[in-house]
Amino acid sequence: MNDIAIKVSKLNRNFGDIRAIQELDLEVEKKRIYGFLGPNGSGKTTAIRMLTGLLKPSSGEVEVLGLRLPQDAEKLRLKIGYMTQKFSLYNDLTVKENLQFIAKIYCLPSRLQKTRIDELLNIFGLENKINQLVSTLSGGQKQRLALAAATIHKPELLFLDEPTSAVDPENRRDFWEQLFDLCDQGTTILVSTHYMDEAERCHKLAILENGIKRVDGTPEELMQQMGVHVVEIAASDLRLLKQKLIKITEVITAAQLGARLRVLVKNSISDPLVFLKKQKGIMPGDRLSLVRPSLEDVFVTSTGEGRQ
Amino acid sequence: MNSLLRIQAIFIKELTQLKRDKMTFGMVVMLPLIQLLLFGYAINSNIRDIPVGVVDHSRTGLSRVLMQTISATQVVKFTEHYTSEQQAVTAIARAEIRAVLVIPKDVSQRLARHRTLGLGTTSSTKGETSRPIAQWVVDGSDTVIAAAIKGLRNMPLSELLRKPVNRNTPTFEVALFYNPEQRTVVNIVPGLVGVILTMTMIMFTSAAIVRERERGNLEMLITTPVRPVELMLGKIIPYMFIGAIQVIIILGLGHIIFNVPINGSLLQLADATFLFITASLTLGLVISTIAKNQLQSMQMTVFVLLPSILLSGFMFPYEGMPVVAQYISEALPATHYIRLIRGVVLRDVHIFEMTFDVYWLSIFTLAGLVVASLRFKKNLD
Ligand SMILES: Nc1ncnc2c1ncn2[C@@H]1O[C@H](COP(=O)(O)OP(=O)(O)OP(=O)(O)O)[C@@H](O)[C@H]1O
Ligand SMILES: [Mg+2]
Repeated sequence: MNDIAIKVSKLNRNFGDIRAIQELDLEVEKKRIYGFLGPNGSGKTTAIRMLTGLLKPSSGEVEVLGLRLPQDAEKLRLKIGYMTQKFSLYNDLTVKENLQFIAKIYCLPSRLQKTRIDELLNIFGLENKINQLVSTLSGGQKQRLALAAATIHKPELLFLDEPTSAVDPENRRDFWEQLFDLCDQGTTILVSTHYMDEAERCHKLAILENGIKRVDGTPEELMQQMGVHVVEIAASDLRLLKQKLIKITEVITAAQLGARLRVLVKNSISDPLVFLKKQKGIMPGDRLSLVRPSLEDVFVTSTGEGRQ
Repeated sequence: MNSLLRIQAIFIKELTQLKRDKMTFGMVVMLPLIQLLLFGYAINSNIRDIPVGVVDHSRTGLSRVLMQTISATQVVKFTEHYTSEQQAVTAIARAEIRAVLVIPKDVSQRLARHRTLGLGTTSSTKGETSRPIAQWVVDGSDTVIAAAIKGLRNMPLSELLRKPVNRNTPTFEVALFYNPEQRTVVNIVPGLVGVILTMTMIMFTSAAIVRERERGNLEMLITTPVRPVELMLGKIIPYMFIGAIQVIIILGLGHIIFNVPINGSLLQLADATFLFITASLTLGLVISTIAKNQLQSMQMTVFVLLPSILLSGFMFPYEGMPVVAQYISEALPATHYIRLIRGVVLRDVHIFEMTFDVYWLSIFTLAGLVVASLRFKKNLD
């Protein structure tokens, strides 16, 4: 029980008629990186706001680090860090002034303050930006500053809402290195994203859609238990082929990937290669191969309802 | 201890932001300066040189001397001559002149028969003994101007007749304390301090929390351990200094440029000002917790500002207001401060001789701080 950082059951949140979160059950282990994967408007931010005590649930139980929310929200503040989706530090202050402000708000002893700020500037590569106004930083630099500010008081639990949305792939890798470092030091991290490669790095993840958790588990589990065959077809007229294939009920989706068509076929078909070769539109010369499912396939299958 | 640290953090942050906000910073200095000059020079209830015309039916030396005597009072200035009343009335309608003096043909006879001005009671048996010697036709829409011209009704004309000045013993003797020369600016400048402070203090703080919300800082701020009351205090303290600077500008320049005396003690002045600044700042904070965006906070500021200018006793005496307006007036912090500052600056009173105003400002501040802190919720619902 003590290894659980977040425990949520039957959580709901409505905004008027909009059901932003529906019957969400969640269990996040300590010292792990847990991911929320979902398209725009799927309720990631709303869920995180309820877990940080910023929004009151319409119904349901939330327990974070052994504290019940929203009653004990104030006690939780010192133990968590929250990096908001929209940049929320002060644009008209410098990097250093922002960090000093946050350090004081968390009441770091003044001696510790300086060393901690220097340490963070070093970790996040912002040493040469100390006296620069935040409004003049690049998107990636701002995001690193925001992460630095969120971790200044060494929180046990860190909430990151789409932390890498403005970051190039290279910097994204560095950013994740830093997350793993934090995780190794014992921090639990809950991160929301709509990048597959990021989701795949999480220890565990939940896929949200329309406020409903579709699936959750480790990325490997999800890919194995997906219950779909993934077939790649190399053919000449992929667009026409796609149009034909998606009309078949056993085919869930088909998406073009360069010169190949990636087709998801339901598990009810035992041999998808044989099944597909019999379909109209497939030429004798086309090459079909069964491939390992990716997280994107999981995402597409589990959020597929209402598509196409 | 932790509380103090957090208040200090917010205080420093606000000050740094203010320092970078050139526009606001400029307003802190320019607003009182410009208002002082505008009000100091423009508002003057001692009216001079009202443009008027004349329709002279008599065309005698007497009528010319009459006009000169009137001009000598400096209340009016003859700018136009008209041949008929109609012309003159049209000119009034077009606002070319404010009034017209109609001098009748028989002005010399009327003057001769006039009871107090005249040369005796020769014709007192006749019905027309004491007719006025001429007539003013006035655009009465502006009561202040009308009153100034009405003031000419009984002007002495003895000089006109080369008679020794007829000095009547007045019924009352009037001793004018505190502003013996009756200069409007002496009363305006201390009142202006109240109006300027109302304007800037409420305007700055009413935007304080709304701005954090609009820029997205609030979501970060409310996940930290900062308490609402710490946030409120940290936000108002920098503005206390700004308020103090503004008071110094207004009263200092008022003293130098307009020779407004500062009769009371500076300590008393500082006490009263402190009370008022905190009251205005907390009112601003309350607005800030109600408004959804900066435009709304601005509108609410104006909503408070207008009655503070019109009903606080700054422009019109409290005693002349209808009862309802007096109730509203009593509710405004500006009213109480303007009473206090006029008391201290002009009449050298100790502010505790005006306990009601002192208590009222103190209670207003406390209530405002409590309401703002209670209203400020640390969540996004
Ligand atoms: N304050 C609010 N008032 C009304 N509706 C809201 C509010 N906040 C969120 N919603 C609605 O709730 C749903 C979920 O929004 P949320 O911001 O949680 O999505 P998200 O997964 O974070 O999306 P994104 O990837 O775009 O950030 C949306 O339909 C949104 O319109
Ligand atoms: Mg979001």
